[in-house]
Amino acid sequence: MLAEIARGLWLTLKHSWRSRVTVQYPDEREEMPKGYRGLHKLLRWEDGLERCVGCKLCSAACPVDCIFVESAENDPARPTSKGERYASVYEINELRCIFCGYCEEACPVGAIVLGNEYEFCQDHRDKFLYAKRDLLVRRTEDYPELKARYDEKRLLTYV
Amino acid sequence: MADLAVMLVKVVAAFGALLLLAAYMTWAERRVFALVQVRYGPNRVGPAGLLQPIADGIKLMFKESVIPAQADKLIFVLAPLVSLVPAMAAFAVIPFGSSVTLFGRQVDLIVADVNVGVLYIFALSGIGVYGIVLGAWASNSKYPLLGGLRSAAQLISYELSLGMSLLGVVLIAGSLSLKDIVAAQAHYPFILLQPLGFLLFLVCMLAETNRSPFDLPEAESELTGGFHTEYSSMHFAMYFLAEYCSMITLSAVAATFFLGGWRGPLLPPVVWFLVKVVAFMFFFMWVRATTPRLRYDQLMGFGWKVLLPLAILNVVATAGVMAFLG
Repeated sequence: MLAEIARGLWLTLKHSWRSRVTVQYPDEREEMPKGYRGLHKLLRWEDGLERCVGCKLCSAACPVDCIFVESAENDPARPTSKGERYASVYEINELRCIFCGYCEEACPVGAIVLGNEYEFCQDHRDKFLYAKRDLLVRRTEDYPELKARYDEKRLLTYV
Repeated sequence: MADLAVMLVKVVAAFGALLLLAAYMTWAERRVFALVQVRYGPNRVGPAGLLQPIADGIKLMFKESVIPAQADKLIFVLAPLVSLVPAMAAFAVIPFGSSVTLFGRQVDLIVADVNVGVLYIFALSGIGVYGIVLGAWASNSKYPLLGGLRSAAQLISYELSLGMSLLGVVLIAGSLSLKDIVAAQAHYPFILLQPLGFLLFLVCMLAETNRSPFDLPEAESELTGGFHTEYSSMHFAMYFLAEYCSMITLSAVAATFFLGGWRGPLLPPVVWFLVKVVAFMFFFMWVRATTPRLRYDQLMGFGWKVLLPLAILNVVATAGVMAFLG
């Protein structure tokens, strides 16, 4: 028995020299895997127009019904999106969302994607109701990691 | 009057240091555990997590002390003290350094040089059991009671071997005073003469402090918390401190009996003493991080059928050699 315990002690001693497996979270972060499904982002085209054309396919595809879209006609003089219509209201209830990614798959223009962000705690339920201004990115180029989320060639462009 | 002042200073300094060391051993234990488990352990509060024990202490102090409705309230509150006081008091007879000259006075670095120091330590560690059993019984709850029963049986069985394992050293040194025992190790530590005694003591001291692999009284997987299941807040903290204080005291006893106490080259005696105690404390933690818990029958079988005969053999052999050498 003593020999076995000595062997165990030696093993634990060896382990104490290994490099640590801990990620010191707030100080260091692990890079998210490529397919990670975090907080939603609404993307724009490179010229700054919104990708979303207000087709509501995401809302239809959503299994928990957490996306609410209302669309409106584009003003031909100053269009918001490249299609006929755009989303005048686009809301996601992030508490309800199960981050399945169906919205992303349903989207014909690659407008809605699930990003890498996972730190969006709030202290009140109401704050999880993300409106369009919370979801819409300023410039898609600022999020190079989202590039891998959609296949440009697959997109049905409404242009 | 001056003697009294010196005495008071020694008492306050020794017990302050003991409490501080006990508090920091909780931190050290968590760090050692993490080390073995390839983690970091507490490293957030202060540099390297060094303020963690203070944060824990403050937290425990501000927690509500829950006393079960069916508990025997007086005994429930007193039991942790019965555990803590002997655990701390036992440290009094341990010499933690040679004598120093303070303000022109020769001061021995030992709180009380009792001529039956060994007996004193065993008497107090025997009383410590009452704290656990009383607390377990006063909780009026089944898990603590089972833990308390185990504790009583375990401590009685292992205290015998613990005492026996030290008898060899006592025979060689020819004194029960810890100061004399350190003095007798002027040339070489007794671990060289009593390797078996040392090994036996090492095992028994794990059992005596309810530490893994002998932590049956508080076996959390089967008895939730064992004897301290119903305890919270500072009452719980006192049990915790008692465990660490008795660990430190037994580490100090081991250092004193087998490794020459405060003796050592180059470094000052107090530092040597601390190094040895901390080394034993590391051993406690290392073993806890390594071994699974023994089954109850294994515990009893090992104590009575292996440790005790070996301890008796050790005493008899030592006595025989002593008699032979005259």
